[in-house]
Amino acid sequence: MVDLSVRIGGLALANPVMPASGTFGPELAQVFDLNRLGALVTKSVTPQYRQGNALPRLCETEAGVLNSIGIPGKGLDHFCTQAMAEWRRFTPPLVVSLSADTVAAFADAAARLAATPGVAAIEANISCPNLEEDGRAFAMHPESAAAAIAAMRAACALPLWAKLSPNTADIAAVARAVEEAGADAVVVANTILGLAIDIERMVPKLGAGMGGFSGPAFKPIALRLVWQCAQAVRIPVIGVGGIATPADAVEFLMAGASAVQVGTASFVSPTALPAVLDGLAAFCARRGFARVSDLTGLALPGRLRPAAE
Amino acid sequence: MDLGGFPVAEADLAVVDSAPVGRRYHRLLLDSPALSAASRPGQFFHLLCRDGGGNGPYLRRPMSIWRCGAGQRLGFLFHVKGRGTAALAALRPGDRLSAVGPLGQGFRLEPGWRRILILARGVGLATLAPLTEAAAAQGITVQALLSAQAPGDLMAAEFAGASGATVQAVFDSDGSSAVPAVEALLRATFEGPARPDAVFTCGSNRLFLLLQRLAAEYGIPGQIALEQQMGCGLGMCFCCVRQIRAADGGVVNLRVCAEGPVFDLQAALAW
Repeated sequence: MVDLSVRIGGLALANPVMPASGTFGPELAQVFDLNRLGALVTKSVTPQYRQGNALPRLCETEAGVLNSIGIPGKGLDHFCTQAMAEWRRFTPPLVVSLSADTVAAFADAAARLAATPGVAAIEANISCPNLEEDGRAFAMHPESAAAAIAAMRAACALPLWAKLSPNTADIAAVARAVEEAGADAVVVANTILGLAIDIERMVPKLGAGMGGFSGPAFKPIALRLVWQCAQAVRIPVIGVGGIATPADAVEFLMAGASAVQVGTASFVSPTALPAVLDGLAAFCARRGFARVSDLTGLALPGRLRPAAE
Repeated sequence: MDLGGFPVAEADLAVVDSAPVGRRYHRLLLDSPALSAASRPGQFFHLLCRDGGGNGPYLRRPMSIWRCGAGQRLGFLFHVKGRGTAALAALRPGDRLSAVGPLGQGFRLEPGWRRILILARGVGLATLAPLTEAAAAQGITVQALLSAQAPGDLMAAEFAGASGATVQAVFDSDGSSAVPAVEALLRATFEGPARPDAVFTCGSNRLFLLLQRLAAEYGIPGQIALEQQMGCGLGMCFCCVRQIRAADGGVVNLRVCAEGPVFDLQAALAW
């Protein structure tokens, strides 16, 4: 029997497999038992109501998806007073993804979430590229990323995960900055900015123009980002980006991740999350790993590795 | 198959029939007694459109149910017009098709209704076809007005099945499908002895607007099945929203996959 439990900062998870924000909701409980997951991660909650972006909001490529949904939602108050009732039906720790336009708004919202029973951790979405200002986000620069995290750290005692962006010159520097600012973990990484054009209509395929790219074609980039961050910080790294199979998850753990998130794959196969979990346990059993946490960082430079099979 | 206590399955189904219908359409029948019995008219499945060689688009495609019910094959009838539908049309008996469903809110038939009218354009009739059999099973008389480019595109048999629905057809090729002509037909029906208790539509923005206007004028309730590009099909990604008029008069974005695809005729906004 493989020990699948992992610790992410102060938070104990029954297993390292969780959904990626924005690709998940209680609706998936129509398909399988969500209580099997290591954690649940909400769509990003914003302080105020948001309408979302113009349609089309999604377009596919050969092996991935561009999205520009625009974080539609009813706002933080509705989330804390209404949506939480549905989330409390489930047993895994609830990680609330939080997005805001200003440092102060991030801090205020973090305090509100900390006062809401049932919130286990905050995933600070400081990297969503779909906001205004040409896709710029806090996580593009170490200083702005650290400012947002430090403000949230001062405002609440909840475990605080910083979701980093690939749209930056030096992700290791951003990871170090948020670690110093008090983040308990880094989630690596959000979608990478991309574009697709409808050549007949001669306009971008997405209503908002640019979008965030995710899915299997993004996996090598996300894996590289995890590998860089794992060598830059001491806090846990949660790997996300193009994970669709158990082997993908093993790669992310070996690159230094302590847990993984499955996102776009759930669109193609709504049972991808339990399939990744089952396959991960099977891999550990086959290769004789007593603990899934023993996989973390095995492929990093200078690590001692068991002999290949 | 056993749905395992969950209302939605991700199922790998065997294709038992795959055949072209008319010039542009195609039908697929799948072997899945449990999913077929669990499906309701107006619901849809999210299909992984891969041909026998595994080629096809990355994302699934939503496909409204054409045939369903206890003892029936699960069926889809679609216009072959893009990569997804081309891959589906390339499937052959014995091939497998991954289907997620049944999904969404289907049509509602109220007890006490004696007669309904269906107005469909093109392949929109596929979505409304299972409603004819559900209505017949409840003793509701179905009158259908089908609009098509030409008689060769009509698919009246594919629509009515064994429901006994009365079908009247109008065509672009002889001008009978023009909106003023269809309006005259509908007014005659609404004012005559066969006035329906409810109306249903799918497949045409022009006919939707016409039916919405006339149904409001005559005080007849109605329902419409809407289409929209989808990502997850389950309500998680908020890609497939459409503008719907709320009870308070405001306009809200609702998910076609979760709150739809069937909406109140008067609440839907034109596209």
